[in-house]
Amino acid sequence: MNEPMTETGRVRTEKLRWHSRRALLELDLVLQRFWQRQPDILGERQAAQLERLLALEDHDLWDLLSGRCASDDPTVQDMVALLRQPAGN
Amino acid sequence: MSHKVTVRKFDAVIVGAGGAGLRAAIQLSEAGLKTAVLTKVFPTRSHTVAAQGGVAASLGNSEEDHWHWHMYDTVKGSDWLGDQDAIEFMCRKANECVIELEHYGMPFDRLDNGRIYQRPFGGHMSNFGEKPVRRSCAAADRTGHAMLHAMYQRNVKVNTQFFVEWMALDLIRDAEGEVLGVTAMEMETGEIHAFHAKATIFATGGAGRIYYSSTNAFINTGDGVGIAARAGIPLEDMEFWQFHPTGVAGAGVLITEGVRGEGGILRNSAGERFMERYAPNAKDLASRDVVSRAMVTEINEGRGCGPNRDFVLLDITHLPPETIMKRLPGIHEIALQFAGVDALKEPIPVVPTCHYQMGGIPTNYLGQVVVPGKRSQNEIVPGFYAAGECACASVHGANRLGTNSLLDLLVFGKSAGETAVEQLKNSPKAHKPLPEDAFAATLARLNRLDTQKGGANVHETRLEMQRTMQKHAGVFRFADLLKDGVQKILAVQKDVQRTEIKDKSKVFNTARIEALELDNLIEVAVATMVSAEARKESRGAHVRDDAPDTPEHPNGRDDTNWLKHTLWYKDGNRLDYKSVTLRPMSVETIALKKRAY
Repeated sequence: MNEPMTETGRVRTEKLRWHSRRALLELDLVLQRFWQRQPDILGERQAAQLERLLALEDHDLWDLLSGRCASDDPTVQDMVALLRQPAGN
Repeated sequence: MSHKVTVRKFDAVIVGAGGAGLRAAIQLSEAGLKTAVLTKVFPTRSHTVAAQGGVAASLGNSEEDHWHWHMYDTVKGSDWLGDQDAIEFMCRKANECVIELEHYGMPFDRLDNGRIYQRPFGGHMSNFGEKPVRRSCAAADRTGHAMLHAMYQRNVKVNTQFFVEWMALDLIRDAEGEVLGVTAMEMETGEIHAFHAKATIFATGGAGRIYYSSTNAFINTGDGVGIAARAGIPLEDMEFWQFHPTGVAGAGVLITEGVRGEGGILRNSAGERFMERYAPNAKDLASRDVVSRAMVTEINEGRGCGPNRDFVLLDITHLPPETIMKRLPGIHEIALQFAGVDALKEPIPVVPTCHYQMGGIPTNYLGQVVVPGKRSQNEIVPGFYAAGECACASVHGANRLGTNSLLDLLVFGKSAGETAVEQLKNSPKAHKPLPEDAFAATLARLNRLDTQKGGANVHETRLEMQRTMQKHAGVFRFADLLKDGVQKILAVQKDVQRTEIKDKSKVFNTARIEALELDNLIEVAVATMVSAEARKESRGAHVRDDAPDTPEHPNGRDDTNWLKHTLWYKDGNRLDYKSVTLRPMSVETIALKKRAY
């Protein structure tokens, strides 16, 4: 469930949306798909998970999202699974 | 929404914090100059990160090598459109720049004796084209990434001031044409600032997002190129774009050539292995340009796949699953993620995909922006410099060699910085005053965007531009398609002039940023289409169906009429041309001949 729209939540979401612009096209595409599915304001938990993932270096993030390696941070695993869902699922 | 403009003064402002921008900044900050670097994303998330192949330098660590051989390969690769003075300069400076990078802490792969390990790369040969040579210096498959980290750290040490998540908007020029800085938007607040500087260096990367299918990240919107065009600077050789034959259709993600090397087969809508008709011997392993042209011919002749018949298929379903998972581990995931297909069971939709921009803002080898004037075809624009993919020095000419892009950004980033330092030593202490209308263009553009009613949708307009470019000015070009393409892209340009955004908020408004990026992309798209339509020969990456390989014009190249650089001016959408510099700095001219490998 998303939280009600607040200015703080909106700004945080917009910031995450911009931080989803990456150096690698693969990441841009995966993150674009996420935002197309999730256009509203992110809830606290999702926002925090996404923040942690977006703080990673691009190659490390792609290794996680392409399944080449797994994260040892249990708090981001839901978000990794969500991001890895192929189109149409 | 009204905008107040805050003015900030620096000795130098650099736009872009990829390889070229970071390298230029080191030079300026080390000289003690107050240097600002504006960047849309954090520096180590610039697209330079995606460069894996390495950086070319004739260090000769594993076998004999020479800058002159490297120069020969680069001139030949450029199909003789590269300026031979700039190419000599780049190849001679390569070793120095790579060793500097090593001293900054770049973790190059090494030989047992501790020297930098070098590997061979396509087009790089020893002894003037005789046999492949090991010239590429790499840091595993993360060369670009490691390079950015090393240079970012060096910049931190020398006190470069970074403005992260700032977007440059327009160039500030005075009545004499001198460049006095840029206007920019801070994304976090939406506020507009002017960076008043004695030197302005553009290092904004390429504009590969003008194409529907592009390997470029979304940030590659040609901001510096578009800004320069709006400020009256011509764009050089914009018809030359490097394409890769197999990008995932609709996504652009590269499928490595290794897939065809392992036995992957290209098929059309009838399931036919069409490469047998175009290259009976090499078939699917023919060179990139041959494969790309064959794919486009199949699509144009109605044998493409999918509802719009606009892609072909790369089939690996006949390969044992173990081979795919062992030898091509990333491909299964890429196909699943970006094409929604299980490559073990279904073929992957692919199209030739835009990869690199050879043209750009015209510069000399010192990194100074040059334009035709009354006295010469290369008059310096005072205060303005450019380096890297956004610039055209021109070292890549009509076609870039692999590993020369990282070298370009190191050498010309450094060179632009060095030249600016020299110029500033001799300049007056005080900044030249800003003209009264310094912010007028920016404020008018923002005001138009904020007040537009009943306008065009940004996303749809960008898509229309990308589809138009892909269809009409793709990897293989046709006279009638180019002619129609000019009219179509000019119609899209009209829509770009009336884009509308619903969200008018100030803080991290990505809709506004995307609209402003589209203002830059469209300049590049129009320049590309108009320049490509006009060049009636085939050369390097610009291949026209009506300029085929004949004895009179090998590979379709026409040196009598077209051995010249294109210059496109936004004002009046007009073209001009200037001669190619065939005289190197110290050695003999590398004489024209057919480009064959």
